[in-house]
Amino acid sequence: MNGYNFAYLDEQTKRMIRRALLKAVAIPGHQVPFGSREMPMPYGWGTGGIQITASVLGPADVLKVIDQGADDTTNAVSIRRFFARTAGVRTTTRTAEATVIQTRHRIPETKLREDQILVYQVPQPEPLWRLVPSRAETRRMHALAEYGVMHVRLYEDIARLGQVAISYDYPVMVNGRYLMSPSPIPAFDNPKMHRMAALQLFGAGREKRIYAVPPYTEVRSLDFDDHPFRPARAPQACILCGATDSYLDEVVTDDRGGRMFVCSDTDYCAGRRAAA
Amino acid sequence: MAYVAVKGGERAIDAAHTWLADARRGDRSVPELGTAQIEEQLGRAVDRVMAEGSLYDPGLAALAIKQAQGDLVEAAFLVRAFRTTLPRLGASQPVETARMAITRRISAIFKDLPGGQVLGPTYDYSHRLLDFALEGSEPPDAKQARPDAEPAPHVHAFLGGEGLLEPDEPQVADPPDLTRQPLRFPADRALRLQALARGDEGFLLGLGYSTQRGYGGTHPFAGEIRVGEVEVEIVPPELGFPVSIADLTLTECQMVNQFKGSKTVPPQFTRGYGLAFGHSERKAMAMALVDRALRAAELGEETGAPAQDVEFVLYHSDNVEATGFVEHLKLPHYVDFQSELEAVRRMRAAAASSLATAGSGEGWGEVGDSRKTEPAK
Repeated sequence: MNGYNFAYLDEQTKRMIRRALLKAVAIPGHQVPFGSREMPMPYGWGTGGIQITASVLGPADVLKVIDQGADDTTNAVSIRRFFARTAGVRTTTRTAEATVIQTRHRIPETKLREDQILVYQVPQPEPLWRLVPSRAETRRMHALAEYGVMHVRLYEDIARLGQVAISYDYPVMVNGRYLMSPSPIPAFDNPKMHRMAALQLFGAGREKRIYAVPPYTEVRSLDFDDHPFRPARAPQACILCGATDSYLDEVVTDDRGGRMFVCSDTDYCAGRRAAA
Repeated sequence: MAYVAVKGGERAIDAAHTWLADARRGDRSVPELGTAQIEEQLGRAVDRVMAEGSLYDPGLAALAIKQAQGDLVEAAFLVRAFRTTLPRLGASQPVETARMAITRRISAIFKDLPGGQVLGPTYDYSHRLLDFALEGSEPPDAKQARPDAEPAPHVHAFLGGEGLLEPDEPQVADPPDLTRQPLRFPADRALRLQALARGDEGFLLGLGYSTQRGYGGTHPFAGEIRVGEVEVEIVPPELGFPVSIADLTLTECQMVNQFKGSKTVPPQFTRGYGLAFGHSERKAMAMALVDRALRAAELGEETGAPAQDVEFVLYHSDNVEATGFVEHLKLPHYVDFQSELEAVRRMRAAAASSLATAGSGEGWGEVGDSRKTEPAK
């Protein structure tokens, strides 16, 4: 696009972001503050992920963008178009073909490889925010690995409701050291983060934080010995491809209680149908 | 010295108003802005002024915007001041937003639903790049892009069946009227919603945002946002059946919020509600967040955050009240200030003499303050 650098951001800004990324990779799960820029999309719509993608993208990369698991959701379309326009990179909807995948709220069902990067859009990087709103205080708590409040919160859920009531953005311990928000992915996706072959990068533009999980890093969902973490999905099969192992969207079909369930990961679903 | 309040105040005010009218017109070589242009081409500003001015009249709102040089709070103030002169002829039937003629309708909680996802005229997925071509080019006609009039039932109708969502509150037969009676506490939800509907968009935005950052979390999902036209009906007593008198454009937001349940209510989703005149999504969404936050106490949730404090929110959300009182500090206050001057001097003198009698060489007088020795006039 005329008048703009490759992938929109200028090279100095990209360098600043890459340095934050290197630090984030060196300290898995630790939130690194960075000089987040105003982007031509609103805060909260993926500006953190977009800045990371812009900083790691090269002309030979193949980009996939998903939102809620699907390539055709409006914001995914908008972000994919943005990079097609500002970087001219090839885009794809196929998980296996992509070298960089920017995602909001899902991890693809297809297992990722070492030569892929998964970029998460993060609304709230601080996993303790609902318990302790002050970021000065939570920084201190991370420094001291003082995570008792989160265990107490899980315990209170179990005591009151018999189970942990967190169904998405379920907190994880990274590399046995830092409590981390996995971003608002369903808890179903959490196990995929554990020892993932791909590099996982997390960008929070409005909150100005970057963090990362390097390949093959231990990522454990917080739980108790007598109440182990249990990822959940709707107990149905996808009406299109019959999958019983994928995360499902519930689609309302009428106003008399009609429902159907389909794979949230549209590429996974399409691939299964093509193979059948 | 237009401020001198001794003599000549009247002439100064007249001169200031003449100057203001001249400044409002600006450079005479640039064509004057017509109110029709404002109404047609600055529609979002018109909508905001109608919402905060509590009067649905795009023409008057456009005039107010012109008169206020685009200062939207001032324009809302002008509209409110006009509104107060209007006679009240009667109350309409509740408008049926379920029967809205939709121009935009989105749900963030279902991928698809009856009535469909209708983006409508939105900035949401535009890239915020200044469009230099906008100066002096005509856009293509988009009339054909209007969606079909497929009925779009409210999204909460789909969740209510399983008891997953709290039901509608029973309709209040005779709701309180904030514009006729003073705000009283405790304020029920109907009254709170009235206040929020005319509340300042920026204030509600900040409050709503604070709930998303941990100051009174509400676990919100945008259940549905719809924009479109609704019919206003009245039932004239001499007829006894409803008669349509007007169409309004409204923006309605239903937030769906997680609720852990209480001793008497099982876990379910609760709702926050936002409604604004015109196409005002930011306002409607912020209002829905704040409405839900204000229900924390009645739902037995932890309270204490600013957005959960009913008095704090309702007393400070009205920008006509707020701007009036903040800006009143510009008025002369020299009588009060004179009395404060005397009081501070008296206290300083007393403190200095008590320090002196205590034999201390160190005190307030030792910090290079030459005024301490000046006699009071």
